[in-house]
Amino acid sequence: MITLTVNRKKHDVEADPSTPLLWVLRDLLHLTGTKFGCGMAQCGACTIHLDGEAVRSCVTPVSRAEGKQVTTIEGLSEGNSHPLQVAWIEEDVPQCGYCQSGQIMSAAVLLREKPVPTDEDIDMAMSGNICRCGTYQRIRCAIHRAAEMSKGGAK
Amino acid sequence: MSGNQRLGRRGFLKASGLLTGGLVVGFQVPLAKRAAAQTPPTGKLPPPNAFLRIGADGSVLVLLAHSEMGQGIWTTLPMLIAEELDADWSKVKAQHCPVAPVYGHTAFGFQITGGSTSTHSEFDRYRQVGAMARALLVQAAAAKFGVKPEDCRTEKGFVISVGKKAGYGELAEAAAKFPAPEKVTLKDPKDWRIIGKTTKRLDSPEKVNGTAQFGMDVHFPGMLTAVVARSPGFGGKVKSYDAKAALAVPGVRQVVQVPSGIAVLADHYWAAKQGREVLKVDWEEGPTAGLDSVKLRGEFHKLAATPGMPAAKAGDADAALGKGTILEAEYFVPYLAHAPMEPLNCTVKLSEDKCEIWSGTQLQTVDQGVAAQITGLKPEQVEIHTTFLGGGFGRRATPTSDFISEAVQVAKASGKLVKVVWSREDDIRGGYYRSSFLHQAKVALGSDGHPSAWKHAIVGQSIMAGTMMEAMMVKDGVDATSVEGVSDSPYMKEVPDHLVHLHSPKTGVPVLWWRSVGHSHTGFVMECLIDELAHAAKQDPAEYRRMLLKDHPRHLAALNLAVEKSGWDKPPEEGHFRGVAVHESFGSYVAEVAEVSVSKEGQLKVHKVTCAIDCGLAVNPDGVKAQMESGIIFALSAVLHGEITFADGRVKQRNFHDYPVLRMNEAPLIETHIVPSTGKMGGAGECGVPPLAPAVANAIFAATGKRLRELPIRADQLKQA
Repeated sequence: MITLTVNRKKHDVEADPSTPLLWVLRDLLHLTGTKFGCGMAQCGACTIHLDGEAVRSCVTPVSRAEGKQVTTIEGLSEGNSHPLQVAWIEEDVPQCGYCQSGQIMSAAVLLREKPVPTDEDIDMAMSGNICRCGTYQRIRCAIHRAAEMSKGGAK
Repeated sequence: MSGNQRLGRRGFLKASGLLTGGLVVGFQVPLAKRAAAQTPPTGKLPPPNAFLRIGADGSVLVLLAHSEMGQGIWTTLPMLIAEELDADWSKVKAQHCPVAPVYGHTAFGFQITGGSTSTHSEFDRYRQVGAMARALLVQAAAAKFGVKPEDCRTEKGFVISVGKKAGYGELAEAAAKFPAPEKVTLKDPKDWRIIGKTTKRLDSPEKVNGTAQFGMDVHFPGMLTAVVARSPGFGGKVKSYDAKAALAVPGVRQVVQVPSGIAVLADHYWAAKQGREVLKVDWEEGPTAGLDSVKLRGEFHKLAATPGMPAAKAGDADAALGKGTILEAEYFVPYLAHAPMEPLNCTVKLSEDKCEIWSGTQLQTVDQGVAAQITGLKPEQVEIHTTFLGGGFGRRATPTSDFISEAVQVAKASGKLVKVVWSREDDIRGGYYRSSFLHQAKVALGSDGHPSAWKHAIVGQSIMAGTMMEAMMVKDGVDATSVEGVSDSPYMKEVPDHLVHLHSPKTGVPVLWWRSVGHSHTGFVMECLIDELAHAAKQDPAEYRRMLLKDHPRHLAALNLAVEKSGWDKPPEEGHFRGVAVHESFGSYVAEVAEVSVSKEGQLKVHKVTCAIDCGLAVNPDGVKAQMESGIIFALSAVLHGEITFADGRVKQRNFHDYPVLRMNEAPLIETHIVPSTGKMGGAGECGVPPLAPAVANAIFAATGKRLRELPIRADQLKQA
């Protein structure tokens, strides 16, 4: 039995400690916003936060999450209120949408670390997340827009 | 008679999951010609509410006959209805339709999302539906107000008459009791307030918080998840297998044989995958045991020199090629995987009298037929719940229904409610690729700079042969999709002596349409060849195209706009170089100018792509722009990285580490301009792809003087000595 804290809620799960966190989230807790894309930390669709850091849950054994705060896309905000979610909708970023949970979770850490990221910062932080629909330009614009909004809010 | 007609209205609503309270507008839906051909001769109309429901709360639910896979149809089709309905856009929602003849494609008859046709093929049907509903609501309001329908107008979800106003929600029940109008008049385009205006996607909110439901997310209590061990080479068969070790993995529940291999069913994906890893299967090699990319290319090369099936012919190309400056070139493109972000998957619940399927599919009618065949049920006993598609690009429309039929087989063999999930490796190695193609061209340049004779051989696998579409798409041995973009090229038509011929070798590799189909290679070859000719004729590549395309106004309009916006006439930034291409596909005309730099080490960087499209009316202009951006990135992935190769009968690539696709740091700035156009409406989902590769290759030529005639482009080819 492993006890996990996901989106500030405690869960006891029956899983082998080596099971990737992704499958515990998706198949045992039914938090399906975190996506399976490659299974080898190549595409970033499974990105979640572990104690605030972006990790690829498809290669993170569930044992590593014990005693830590797991945040998934479902726990990022209430009612799409995170500046990134607002900006994503404003810029009409999603197409098929499958990668966007991971994109937003990666971008959330970037914005926390660099509240006003440059294009180079965005390249660095976001190149681990593949979007096969090619929404990169809109993701870039949305990150800049979210940064602007956050700046405004801080004033 | 169709299953849903037999079910009756209530049954239909129930079957399609629509009986969720609220009132319905029970009008009848006009049929497009092809769909009409499928209905019984008694002329009985299809079930009501097929495309639209208006709730008592004023909500407007639009049922989509096409699958949302990123292209934005979830928003575009509701726009068409909302326009004629004068709906309050904030109350409009969308949902995929069930599978039923009434949802047949207005041109093809069966349910399909493909060929970049969804918007233009539904432009009339969905507007008519909106107009019919509006007429009914007006009738209901007129009766309620005690006025004539002519004295009513509609605005944002209300019917209004002098001093009176009623919302669509409160009128819906009464409206449903009026007979459907036999004729409707559609709005004059000058009165449009939604069509042609940039409209935000309706599916964004659920796609930014993880609640959007993809096939991968389907879950039911008691459901098992399966992975299938498939033949390591194409077409191999199971000789024998030993499930003991697999069954010993905690969570693994069952191991069953299906035609495609051995399925391991478990409580969840991870257990199923662990089980598959220890499963022992002895395979009998299939017909592609010795498959090898280098050998294949050699065979394609040899074939090109022999006469193929003529696809376009005028005059005597061979004789005419004796004079003038002769240009000879061979172009090559590899096999490509679609690699949609969501790996393939399908959930099946099978009972004695029903087969329910949940999946992101582009080809529901075929899937339904295949499932019926496997289960012995009637097609109408097969229900398909189309989820969001995590990308399609053609892979989720297989004429063999491969990933749907396999899941039905697993459900049948196991007797379980099961979700079959493909790993990324299963997807990359599982076939259904864009075929490799080799082109050999010999072109004579006349003294006026025009091509005067042209012989063009194309070698590559047919995607239509052996499918239900063969009769429609393969004529006299020529698969139209293998030669589209060459045989019907505006350049080719002007050449007095020309011959386009085709070889369609059978290699055993499963092939399929891949975003922009034949144009994915013919656009590259033709627009690079034209660049080569421009260079031979010592003319500016844009100016040369203008000369050749002088009688093709829509090509010209796109070309001129892209060229102008790219700043073609001004020198680019130091070290940057430009290339241009223009290509028609799927009824739209797209020009792209790529701006690149090439380092001494051969590192290519695509900085910017300026794109112009003439697609006729752009129903949702920002949606069209999004599709151009998407097509350009998709194409650039293939230009820089895309390649599926074979050795010893096996696919060499496995995942995104060795089948890379474009990432953020490689993405160029993209600027899209829409040509104001009254031309016939074309598509948007695919036509951004074809001009990208040639625009980049032509820019590389401008930068380095090197003419790259094969994809993907490799740094070692660009290294400067």
